[in-house]
Amino acid sequence: MFDNLSERLNIVFKKLRGHGTLTEANVQEALKEVRMALLEADVNFRVAKEFIDSVKVKAMGSEVMQSLTPGQQIIKIVRDELASLMGGVLSPIDTSARPPIPIMLVGLQGSGKTTTAGKLARYLKSKGKRPYLVPADVHRPAAILQLKRLGEQLSIDVFDSNAGDDPLKICQEAFRAADRGGYDYVILDTAGRLHIDEELMTELSAIKGSISPSEILFVADSMIGQDAVNVAKAFDERVGLTGVILTKLDGDARGGVALSVKAVTGKPIKFIGVGEKLDAFEPFHPDRMASRILGMGDVLTLIEKAHETFDQKKAEELGQKLKKDSFTLDDFKDQIQQMRKMGSFGDILGMIPGLGKLKGIKEMAPDEKDIKRIEAIINSMTRVERRDPAVLNGNRRLRIAKGSGTTVQDVNQLVKRHAEARKMMKMFTSGGMKGLKRGMPMFR
Amino acid sequence: MAEEKKGLFQRLKEGLSKTHKGLVDKVDQAILGRKKIDEGLYDELEEILVTSDLGVQTSYKLIERVRERLRRGESDDAALVKKYLKEEILSILKGTGSGIDTRRAKPFVIMVVGVNGVGKTTTIGKLASRYRGEGRSVLLSAGDTFRAAAVEQLEVWGERSGCGVIKHKEGSDPSAVLFDALKAAQGRGTDILIADTAGRLHTKTNLMEELKKTRRVVEREAPGAPHEVLLVLDATTGQNAVSQAKLFKEAVEITGIVLTKLDGTAKGGVVISIVDELKIPVKFIGIGEGVEDLRPFEPSEFVEALF
Repeated sequence: MFDNLSERLNIVFKKLRGHGTLTEANVQEALKEVRMALLEADVNFRVAKEFIDSVKVKAMGSEVMQSLTPGQQIIKIVRDELASLMGGVLSPIDTSARPPIPIMLVGLQGSGKTTTAGKLARYLKSKGKRPYLVPADVHRPAAILQLKRLGEQLSIDVFDSNAGDDPLKICQEAFRAADRGGYDYVILDTAGRLHIDEELMTELSAIKGSISPSEILFVADSMIGQDAVNVAKAFDERVGLTGVILTKLDGDARGGVALSVKAVTGKPIKFIGVGEKLDAFEPFHPDRMASRILGMGDVLTLIEKAHETFDQKKAEELGQKLKKDSFTLDDFKDQIQQMRKMGSFGDILGMIPGLGKLKGIKEMAPDEKDIKRIEAIINSMTRVERRDPAVLNGNRRLRIAKGSGTTVQDVNQLVKRHAEARKMMKMFTSGGMKGLKRGMPMFR
Repeated sequence: MAEEKKGLFQRLKEGLSKTHKGLVDKVDQAILGRKKIDEGLYDELEEILVTSDLGVQTSYKLIERVRERLRRGESDDAALVKKYLKEEILSILKGTGSGIDTRRAKPFVIMVVGVNGVGKTTTIGKLASRYRGEGRSVLLSAGDTFRAAAVEQLEVWGERSGCGVIKHKEGSDPSAVLFDALKAAQGRGTDILIADTAGRLHTKTNLMEELKKTRRVVEREAPGAPHEVLLVLDATTGQNAVSQAKLFKEAVEITGIVLTKLDGTAKGGVVISIVDELKIPVKFIGIGEGVEDLRPFEPSEFVEALF
């Protein structure tokens, strides 16, 4: 996420930290580079200027300049200002209105509205709510069917609309149905257009007038950059937005929309889409995002993710096993599968403080193919072999390689990896973090 | 006929009006205030080109060429700047041949790739309609087995244009779908096979690997195929489109580009940047929602309509 921006800023800050004392000229120079980095990341020109001005005012204070670590202080100021630029704190969606609470999704074609509708519904369901999905895009072929399919996959009810229906009527009827059915949220998936056109705006205004949604969220493709901010502004003027959902943040978008949309439109980003799977969707925390951009990691999100996906019982079992030093290859496979549920390894590594900064670390992360290979190898082993890899002699390794369609080298590598993991886990349980740090080459 | 041709040109001009405003109108303004050419004008031009998404490298190159020609001609008439700029842009675009000769093989296999939400399926639908209109037989391969209802979306287009669609169940192996479609096209003697693929972000290595595999399957089953691998780009993404084109080119050797949603953006200049930096020809451009709005890219017509 925003790799280029992160890299650029880190170079600036590295220089800054190198100075024992800071002069005004040092700071001016650094801020000029920060400004360039922001502009290159496609941040709105005016927003970048105001940002730099406000950092400058705070950084030039005598407390900062005379402190023992002026460089660190300035980085902290930049982090805080970045966070406040993006809205400061989390903007949750409306939960106080009388249910069913209508949420309307609007946006251009191809921004990801229908997928986002599914993801949002899944998110609400995971929070114990009952969402109701309403396909109101009668223009794009099979858009309605797409949402119905998503509903099936997620076991979430979907209003039965047809492509021949009038979108306004669909929304009205669906809302009444949701009211009768005792649903908590009604998510309206509306049609997109190539650009802002009169016909679409009239359609959206009519739906808004009739249903009066608690939330009107603008779904924006983060790769579009500044244009998305301008379009958001236009939508806001015509239909009035309550927030923004940014999609496709897992690509190489430069970050301009994320950093400018709040400042330009005054509407906060409420959620972000970070992958193509339906659970790749998170509430947007500006403060955490600011830390991530500066390569400081995002431990809070990592912990939350772990909490959501890790099976408590399995974790306890693992703890027991570690104490008894019986971490088998089966457990190894389990661990990998649990990690996988949290998202891609690249994403997870980016959230660990310090690791995001190491260039190329993302390429080091095993990809899905590697993981599949590991699973295949372990599946080709007998129970005895899984429990005690020590019995693996040359013959057995050859058989496993053949059985899993891999090579003996692959099998050897896996056995080695497992032994290393086991050693590390042992250190973790006996010596705590200190032991772990010593064991991991990256921290040396 | 002449009437129709003029109508099409008019549509193209309207579709490019936003880019025209951001690029040509600004160039006019920059020139207007000046009688003579000075450094300030070049600086201003560079800013205009960069903000129109021509990319730093291409903008620089264009300006150097214009500067060189003016120096040689020893003229300082500011009005010449626009003329030269137009000619130089054309010479970049002309560098790549365009158009697809679908008669060179049978079945002629076109693979369509791109990131999510750029309009792949719609492009395929429009291409199919175009070829059907020319009396060719067309078969579609529903290779987006990932996104919900993507297959049905393609089927709607198949019905509209009167083409068969080869499909598997959602979640099945995309390479297998294309394999079957290829066999069907060969068996039926179909003229053109157009293969849809799932949208994928260009930065996801594993998904790009999957795409490479699909291409390999085609290569193995039909020597010489795929005859075209078209990358669909959303013009509104501006410079990010260049990054997409680069990574897709590395993965599956794209042979051409379809640039959609050109009428929705002022960033049409990205066409020039892509052709210049990556030397990939633009085959089709989309300038509206209608089937006829997806049209072959003609460099001279494009430049004429833009200026």
